[in-house]
Amino acid sequence: MPRIRFESVEKCYGSVQVLPPFDLTFEDGEFTVLVGPSGCGKSTTLRMLAGLEDLTSGEIWFDDTPISHLEPKDRDIAMVFQDYALYPHMNIARNMSFALRLQKVPKKVIDEKVARVAEMLGIQDLLARKPGELSGGQRQRVAMGRALVRDAATFLFDEPLSNLDAKLRGKMRTELAEMRNSLDKNMVYVTHDQVEAMTLGDRIVVMANGLVQQEGSAEDLFKTPANRFVAGFIGSPTMNFLDADLVEADGRLFARGDGFDLALADDLARRLDKAARRRVIIGIRPSCFRPAGAEGAAGSTIDLGVKVSEYLGAQSILVTTCGARDLLVELESSSRVDRGKVMTFAVAPQDIMVFDNETEVRL
Amino acid sequence: MTSAGMKRMTPYMFLAPAAAIMAVGLLYPIGYMVYASFLDWNPSQLISEAEGVGLRNYASLLGDASFLESTAVTLKFSTIVVVTEMVVGVGLALLLDRNIRGVSVLRTIFILPMMIAPIVVGLMWRYMYHPSVGIFNQTLKGWGLEPVPWLSDADWALASIIIADIWQWTPFIFILALAALQSLPRSALEAARIDGASGWQQIVHIKLPLMMPVLVVTGLLRLIDSFKVLEVILVMTNGGPGLSTEILSLRIARTASEFRELGVAAAMSNYLLLILLALTVIMFVYNKVVDAREAAVRQAAEEA
Repeated sequence: MPRIRFESVEKCYGSVQVLPPFDLTFEDGEFTVLVGPSGCGKSTTLRMLAGLEDLTSGEIWFDDTPISHLEPKDRDIAMVFQDYALYPHMNIARNMSFALRLQKVPKKVIDEKVARVAEMLGIQDLLARKPGELSGGQRQRVAMGRALVRDAATFLFDEPLSNLDAKLRGKMRTELAEMRNSLDKNMVYVTHDQVEAMTLGDRIVVMANGLVQQEGSAEDLFKTPANRFVAGFIGSPTMNFLDADLVEADGRLFARGDGFDLALADDLARRLDKAARRRVIIGIRPSCFRPAGAEGAAGSTIDLGVKVSEYLGAQSILVTTCGARDLLVELESSSRVDRGKVMTFAVAPQDIMVFDNETEVRL
Repeated sequence: MTSAGMKRMTPYMFLAPAAAIMAVGLLYPIGYMVYASFLDWNPSQLISEAEGVGLRNYASLLGDASFLESTAVTLKFSTIVVVTEMVVGVGLALLLDRNIRGVSVLRTIFILPMMIAPIVVGLMWRYMYHPSVGIFNQTLKGWGLEPVPWLSDADWALASIIIADIWQWTPFIFILALAALQSLPRSALEAARIDGASGWQQIVHIKLPLMMPVLVVTGLLRLIDSFKVLEVILVMTNGGPGLSTEILSLRIARTASEFRELGVAAAMSNYLLLILLALTVIMFVYNKVVDAREAAVRQAAEEA
């Protein structure tokens, strides 16, 4: 299985540059997720890897072999498409065996492989049917099966779960996670869904506006986002951002703004340069607010007026106001909340992230 | 009228003008033609003076060598032009279904012949086939080759009208095939590329099978049309030399105007009508079968 390396790969459509030159490496045997909002270039990146799109400049390497001039069929890849891309006129068995039949693999071997993969995916009863006769979830499995039968070195997934309903998506996600562990293959998975990215990826590459924003494990991205975009994209509900001034008082650094005055962690204060009254953006995850006085609540307090309370079962999401801004707060549902009430929350200093208000880089 | 009754009648009232035109313009002439085919009718007679002869016109036609010859010419002509046009038209569509510079200009040029009036096409080709000043023989002469008797030799004449028809009607197949190609699911073709299909294998295993419903209907439409061809051949050869290019519609026209046998001409028209009807029925049945199959598939998907 090759190590895949993008070297200053650039993509333009006519005069529009959709992907400025970038480098990216997919390690051998790794499950990498490319995640980002639509239009960020993640699908284009995958399609260039597959050979469905040409590179404008740069090179893609499989170990030490340049492959950008190779046809898709010569790259030893299998791909699962968002709309499944099954061949409508072939039955499921023939859909799955198409690549092998083109390679003139003996019929007996083909039958064995198809039967084995079909059993693994639980679609052995569907083999004689046409794709049109299947439900969305079944088609998804067949698409997966068609890729698996190939036994290719690299698997590419282009938003494979986004056409499924929420429940089925959750189920398929679990199955994919299981499959990932049993297959020792390079897998590159594109999605716009950060939950999929977090649950599946060994390594996650966050992209926006054609640029790689950050790569790392789910934990890295969640705990130490490189910039405001990653912080806001990873995690649900999304992080709250507030404009603030840095103010020094009593030997500690505070972020002060419309309706709040929050102490920052000491190590963070040491990292920030001493210039007081500097404009920054602070980020606080909804889950980092604790009702003041509750067990484990520490740090500065902030008063928030509850505008809407969304009950989700185990948690409630509160939409609250802080000065002129809305803030999301996630609470355990055991603490009942009435609309219109003003509540006091504590925010631990280490839960507050600070971003430069111009470059949006985390400080 | 009650408002409910009014509501029920509304669609029929909207249909009425069209239905009336259909009845006057289509059903009446066909009925007239069927009636006339049972008469021994000369154009100088009123239809009421014509003598009824039962099925004699139909029976005598079956033993009429010229009519059978015409039918054979028509079948030969139609088979050759439709098969060639399908192969060339679909082939061109497969070649031009890509994004290269100037493709839209090429496509427009390719469909031009279809837009020219048939009479003009006939005249144009007649000049090009002209034995001494036509461009073909001029060119052959320029290369030092023998001139070809394009329209004056029986074998060449049929080939010549076939070439002209192919020139005129291949674009029809081409644009329909191109439309079918461009409506194919892109991702299925991409999946085929990744599955290792070469360009040729994509055509054979994916593109052609998926285009088939459109191609079958296109072919049948073209076949029906080719049975009715008249103007181009009338202008180019008028059926000659001998009966070598006398297709059925030409034979019918001559029977009516030259031989002054309206009853026989009507009977011939009805034979032609029967052939066309059969083709049309095949086309409808094919469409029905395709629709039914798709409905069954959808049904199964909903149950799945």
